[in-house]
Amino acid sequence: MSVPLLELEDVVVRHGAVTAVDGLSLHVDRGEIVGLIGPNGAGKSSTLHAVMGAVRPAAGQIRLQTRSIAGRRPEDIARLGVALVPEGRRIYGELTVEENLRLGLAARRGRSGLADDIRQLYDLFPVVEEARRRQAGALSGGQQQQLAIARALIAKPDVLLLDEPSLGLAPQMVDAVFDTLRSIRDRGIAVLLVEQRAQRTVALADRSHVLSNGRLGLTLEPKDADDTETMVAAYFT
Amino acid sequence: MIAVLNIDWQTLADAVGLGSVYALMAVGIGLVFGVLRLVNFAYGQLIMAGAFALALASQWGWPVWAGVALCFAAVLVLSALMELVVFRPLRGQSPAVMLVATFAVAFLLEAIALIWFGSLGKIAASLAYLQQPVTIGGVDIRKIAIVATIVAVVCLAALVALLSRTNVGLQMRAAAIDFQTARLLGVRANRVIGAAVLISGVLAAAVAVLLTVQSPLVTPDFALRDTILVLAGVVLGGMYRLGSATLGGFAIGFASGLLGGALPTAQSQYLPSFLFAAVILVLLVRPQGLFTRSRQQAVERV
Repeated sequence: MSVPLLELEDVVVRHGAVTAVDGLSLHVDRGEIVGLIGPNGAGKSSTLHAVMGAVRPAAGQIRLQTRSIAGRRPEDIARLGVALVPEGRRIYGELTVEENLRLGLAARRGRSGLADDIRQLYDLFPVVEEARRRQAGALSGGQQQQLAIARALIAKPDVLLLDEPSLGLAPQMVDAVFDTLRSIRDRGIAVLLVEQRAQRTVALADRSHVLSNGRLGLTLEPKDADDTETMVAAYFT
Repeated sequence: MIAVLNIDWQTLADAVGLGSVYALMAVGIGLVFGVLRLVNFAYGQLIMAGAFALALASQWGWPVWAGVALCFAAVLVLSALMELVVFRPLRGQSPAVMLVATFAVAFLLEAIALIWFGSLGKIAASLAYLQQPVTIGGVDIRKIAIVATIVAVVCLAALVALLSRTNVGLQMRAAAIDFQTARLLGVRANRVIGAAVLISGVLAAAVAVLLTVQSPLVTPDFALRDTILVLAGVVLGGMYRLGSATLGGFAIGFASGLLGGALPTAQSQYLPSFLFAAVILVLLVRPQGLFTRSRQQAVERV
């Protein structure tokens, strides 16, 4: 069996005295979506922050292929090919849409094929092209979410982390975002998706782990999405 | 208004010149504040070091260009050292720790200058001819007022171009708004901060050249009073925006120049009191700064 693209092994994250993630192990491979679902405060965001280097894990291993990245600086991890679509989008509202996109280039390794990639991104997110000269703060929440995903993709990452991309979006925007994730997976990117919308995530992801109190519980497959009993059990066991 | 305060065109030109120099200092302080959320109190000592470099070059009989080159080299090396030895290791400490550290650096540099050059100081005379006036439309205006204004406009234009057109400029702007997100996007903190510190150093060196023309006697407390005034001006203008900080610097320099020209010589010692009283009044009414549109939220730093 080949080495997975992203692998977490017994990762522990502590915020002061609180243990947010308690010995979590999972892996994501090229061309698959792995969902991480669970209630508020389960440690989903902390897991992503640990991968991205925003917090240093207290214990455990995080590997990008064979390279250990635990405890490295966020900018270095970004440059190694991990991109994050952060919770709340974190768009620079006072910069233009195009400037936000250009910021994503900071992590890109090499400029070859950039023009084609931008073309593809504009095809995937037409609103980003239409609004490129406008202030990003003037975009709607859904448009900003598309910009945040485009900004992450322009870095040409191997791994894409998404922290609650559907939060605060109108229902049809949620559909659009989930459709986009499917096409991102099909490009061969490893996607780790943190979500509160459990059913949609389980239906979309190749497998979804239920996280509670910093520990992994059940692992669900797309066929479980319509099985209400399994879904409910996953949250309450 | 002008007649009442006994201000002539010459005073007005001098005030614009001083405002320009202070605007450059404000940009230098504001750039570093933007990316580090650190008020570099030692900024004046960088200028002082540059001024001593000019004085030494003039004592050794170096040509003007060589003296200016030495000034820029000295200030840039000191800036880089400050970043590598002080700012970088302390980054992530509380703002109070960093502020106190810059106080320590300021006093250290002043003490070194005192030991090397003594309290009487040295004369930087090679550019003294810029004190001479030229007559424009029947008004005598000192060349330095014109040179300072031109230098400030050119520097500010170059900086605006850098910030708006280059990638490192864009990254500096983003880092000043939200550094954490910038790093998550792959923006290298060391590179952005290093660039800001060096640009700030270039401005300090330019200010050193301009200020030595105004006051050729270089002492270890050179530019100290100017720095305090500029810091007040930066807070007055609104320090979370580079533009408003720059305007604040210009405003306090301009006001200082005008009042200095208008007040009778015997009362000029009260000038700082007037200025600081005005600053306090403004901040009581507009705590967010004079030139900001709305209250800016402080953003979490690295």
